[in-house]
Amino acid sequence: MTGTLAIVGFGLSTIGPGTATGLIFAAYISGVARQPEARSILQPIAFLGFALAEALALFGLVLAFVLK
Amino acid sequence: MRGLLSQANEGFVPPSSADFDFAPIFGDSILFTKPVLLVFLSVIVAGSFFTLSARKAAIVPSKLQFAGESVYTFIRNELGRDVIGPEFMRFVPFLFSLFIFILTNNIFGIVPLIQFPTMSHIGFPIGVTIFSYVTYHYVAIKKHGFSKYVKDICFMPGIPKPVYLILTPVELLTYLVTRPLTLSMRLFANMFAGHLLLLVFTLGGEYLFTSGLILKFLSLFSFGFAIGLSFFELGIQALQAYIFTLLTALYIAGALADEH
Repeated sequence: MTGTLAIVGFGLSTIGPGTATGLIFAAYISGVARQPEARSILQPIAFLGFALAEALALFGLVLAFVLK
Repeated sequence: MRGLLSQANEGFVPPSSADFDFAPIFGDSILFTKPVLLVFLSVIVAGSFFTLSARKAAIVPSKLQFAGESVYTFIRNELGRDVIGPEFMRFVPFLFSLFIFILTNNIFGIVPLIQFPTMSHIGFPIGVTIFSYVTYHYVAIKKHGFSKYVKDICFMPGIPKPVYLILTPVELLTYLVTRPLTLSMRLFANMFAGHLLLLVFTLGGEYLFTSGLILKFLSLFSFGFAIGLSFFELGIQALQAYIFTLLTALYIAGALADEH
């Protein structure tokens, strides 16, 4: 079997951001469920948090390509 | 790019970062390749769209004018007024051009026949990030003066003295290194990963199509996935343009605030 271990590293690096993204949207959904009128306030915050957490996984992807 | 027939015998070659390199368009000059051409194209497309939409401005707007104005209103209200605060009007042109430039360049990733997001080359996000980096530092220095700005970053008021040992380096690192790094890397990595994902499914479909009879049938699923993911990418591309502009607006708002 051939391949690069960096890709396995990328797989491991997605665990944290994956969990984080789940938590962010869980909090957003329960926030909107409790107070539907707060949706417009919560939406940018949720997406900001999502983008910040997701970026970490993508850094892993970039490093998997760089450190080949 | 790999040919159709060369693949059939040598097994599937997964797409790599080499697929992002393009041959020069004119002669040997590496300064003018497809991504550079796309940047020029994006300026022309965005510029002519908004010129056309604003040229015959009327009280009862045409469809085109409505489209142009709703994008502008979105940026002005959601990103300018709600994030930056009372002084927002100065920054609306900057935020608007930033958003439109990134959005147009990202959407090139799924436009048929173009299909390459310019921002998946790290140089372009860095270029855009420099604008926002210089802007938020300039705004802060102009508003507070250089020494007060540095003092605000290094010594946040209302914190026990020993904490500064950790906090000061972290804050300095955040303002000078982490913010521009994450801003450009986030945009680049998202576009890079998205384009790679589409390449995996289209090249995989192409490989299956050139293989045996049953696999030929399976290539339909691969191409179908590629089309579905293109729409998913559209969402990501718009979201990334929004996030980039939102973060820039947040940094400017932080620079304008009286206390950090």
